[in-house]
Amino acid sequence: MSGATFLRLSLVPLAVIVLAFFVLPMSQLIIAGANGPLGLKAYAAILLEPRYRETLVNTVLLSLAVTLATLVISTIAGLFVQRNRFPGRAVLIAMLTFPLAFPGVVVGFMIILLAGRQGLIGEVTQNLAGGKVVFAYSIGGLFLGYLYFSIPRVILTVMAAVEKLDPRLEEAARSLGAGPWAVQRDVILPALTPAFIASSAISFATAMGAFGTAFTLATNIDVLAMLIYTEFTLGANIAMAAALSVGLGVVAWAILALARSFAGAAVAAAG
Amino acid sequence: MMKTRILFGLQLVFTLLVAAFLIVPALLSMVAGVTVNYFRGIRSGVTLDWIGQVWTLYADTIGRSFEVALATLLVTLLIGIPAAYALHRRGGRFSRVVEEIITLPIAIPGLATALALILTYGGFGDFRRSWLFILAGHVIFTLPFMVRAVMAVFATIDVKTLDESAASLGASPWRRFRDVIVPNAKPGVLAGALMVVTLSLGEFNLTWMLHTPLTKTLPVGLADSYASMRLEIASAYTLIFFVMIIPLLVAMQMIGDSTRLMTGRKS
Amino acid sequence: MTEVQGVSVHLQACAKTFPDGTRALEAVSLDVARGETMVFLGPSGCGKTTTLRIIAGLERPDAGGRVLFDGEDVTHLPIERRKVGMVFQSYALFPNMSVAENIGYSLKIRGIDRAERAARVAELMALTGIGGLENRSIDQLSGGQRQRVALARAVAMRPRVLLLDEPLTALDASLRERLRAELNRLLRSLGITAVYVTHDQAEAMALGDRIVVMRSGAIAQIGTPREIYFEPANRFVAEFVGAANILEAEAGEGFLALRGGRLPIGGSAKAVKGNVVAMVRPEAVTFVAPEGALLTGRVETVSFIGDRLRCTVVGVSERPLSIDAPNTISVSPGDQVGLSIDPDAVRLFPKESA
Repeated sequence: MSGATFLRLSLVPLAVIVLAFFVLPMSQLIIAGANGPLGLKAYAAILLEPRYRETLVNTVLLSLAVTLATLVISTIAGLFVQRNRFPGRAVLIAMLTFPLAFPGVVVGFMIILLAGRQGLIGEVTQNLAGGKVVFAYSIGGLFLGYLYFSIPRVILTVMAAVEKLDPRLEEAARSLGAGPWAVQRDVILPALTPAFIASSAISFATAMGAFGTAFTLATNIDVLAMLIYTEFTLGANIAMAAALSVGLGVVAWAILALARSFAGAAVAAAG
Repeated sequence: MMKTRILFGLQLVFTLLVAAFLIVPALLSMVAGVTVNYFRGIRSGVTLDWIGQVWTLYADTIGRSFEVALATLLVTLLIGIPAAYALHRRGGRFSRVVEEIITLPIAIPGLATALALILTYGGFGDFRRSWLFILAGHVIFTLPFMVRAVMAVFATIDVKTLDESAASLGASPWRRFRDVIVPNAKPGVLAGALMVVTLSLGEFNLTWMLHTPLTKTLPVGLADSYASMRLEIASAYTLIFFVMIIPLLVAMQMIGDSTRLMTGRKS
Repeated sequence: MTEVQGVSVHLQACAKTFPDGTRALEAVSLDVARGETMVFLGPSGCGKTTTLRIIAGLERPDAGGRVLFDGEDVTHLPIERRKVGMVFQSYALFPNMSVAENIGYSLKIRGIDRAERAARVAELMALTGIGGLENRSIDQLSGGQRQRVALARAVAMRPRVLLLDEPLTALDASLRERLRAELNRLLRSLGITAVYVTHDQAEAMALGDRIVVMRSGAIAQIGTPREIYFEPANRFVAEFVGAANILEAEAGEGFLALRGGRLPIGGSAKAVKGNVVAMVRPEAVTFVAPEGALLTGRVETVSFIGDRLRCTVVGVSERPLSIDAPNTISVSPGDQVGLSIDPDAVRLFPKESA
């Protein structure tokens, strides 16, 4: 057997599995989206039908808010732990990245424990102000949940990027007379831009498609993933669920692909 | 000097608050899982009853999750390592396209992938009802992590020349793969394996759609307990999940550190 | 160990065009005799490595090209069945195997039993001077040790041809010189057919029974080191191998007319007339008293480089003339000097080959 034949054979198992369980199903999904009572218009309905459009806008706005908040919080924290050495730093980093492997459902439960009916925030506010603050089961809880999900990932990305920064750049800037703020503005932040783009894409795409967290918090939160789920299970509107899934998939993939072409790094959402 | 001290303090406080946001609920759930009555607090006493109850209610989901995770690992190893080798050796546009396709399931929400699988194979009753249906979803979702982890190692060693030199010594393609390629891909295989097992154990988005009442996995059971069980049982169940996942996380961190050390030394 | 091993290698019209359309090699034909060390020398991109890889079986020549080992057509045999030994520039030692496992790998593949393998490995390690390192892992070895392991591994199965791709390039200068001598001794004592690729002319001279000088995917000259140095076939070879003064001048009646006087030419070159390109090695020029000298000029620079003086003299030809003088004479910039050049050391090229 020649080397070229061996290489070709090495790809056969992958090809079989990916074709059978991904490429074929995905094409079925795309076809199913166009096979409902609306036909191809099902795809247009995502934007035209007010109910769907509203959910789409809601989801996008929520995802943008999560992305922005994550970016700010994680940049401050990530820069801080990577650029300072102090006792307990390793523990702090471990704490910041610990929830990395939590699936969305568990994140949802964490939010319930924080802001749910028996949650910490409710407890504290009742003792302090006499009124119980509970917001886990609303869009606010979902916002907090996505934040919880994204912060560890983005902190890691920021830390990796800061570690790769060439300290000579900063030294060069200072030798040219730049003060601490100017160094931050003109050297550090521009050098971190690719990491920011990659992180934003991850946060945004994850927030757009995340299902587990929303599912745990409440089934009536008005976001795309829950809409798809209810269309499919409760409404039995398979065509619309398929069309919405395809739309969601395309958006998530496009955001990540776009970010990758800007940032050059491997960008992938998870969860 | 004063200014930098204040700045340092502010950043520290901020970072500690972030860490608290992440850690406190996890601690709460751990405590709640062993508290007699969470509403009355830890003063009500410590108990393992809830864990025992979780065991009677959900032991099968835990076992199944391990089964699925190990099967997923096996399949991704068998498919992923040869594929990573072939993609790396061939290179070029073809490999990039294949890589992009197999990475899509990470980018596309699990809900969409799961719907697609149901639409295609929902009619095959026996398959639909078995845990193999879940396995198919998990393999598709975790495969790119394995392939990429192995390819990342190939990018740091000169696989092509190693392969050529083994060939010059008379080794057939299969011998080369077995004797030289796979042993030298070990760090990537290990990292990929940890990733695959961790992701499979925690996978919910696909699994929720793919499971049947008889093929529940741990995260599916978790969602079930969050919706219908008292907080202590849900917490105890979550605690069990933490115990399963933390060693994997620690192992991943250690590997990450050691590879970083290695690359640091080389550069 | 002195019996001649290996085969003769015959390349017949081997050209190579890569899939992207790059023409790496024009149709090349040549013979390597049994037991001979043939060195391929040339600048990067000249096609020398491609030629080596065609002999190895790592590249297939374009249609029409053939590779023969002792008359047997091996063109379509993949490298693993050609029984060639190869030393790579990066050595490509297997990091997952110990030194002994690396050296014995080809024997293991051929199903040779453990005891015989161990004996052969020990013999090779003694031969290459790395005895005692058997159980070391590769990353514990120095560059020189790695080179020896790679060599021992390549010859372990008594290959039909030993192929070496810049095997000393990765080493620092002093080590390179020492290992070059050692490699020379080893190649002679093994009596193996060897093909050696390098861009270093000193290495080529020291190791090659014959040298193939390559340029832009074609052979510029094949010859012994002496032929290549003293009788370069063209201006490219003259300038690539050693230092050379290139003189463009009018020839007539047994001399070249230069700005600084007349340069007698000898041998068959006497008959040449008209515009020519001539080559003179710096060490072929000697300083003489300016009075009565056929050629005169003015010293422009003098550099003391230890074993000799490298001087440039202007006013002799269009371009300054490089001269290597003994380190015992005293010349200074500005001196008027006479020059004497052995007529037999002047080599003429037809102008179009320049």
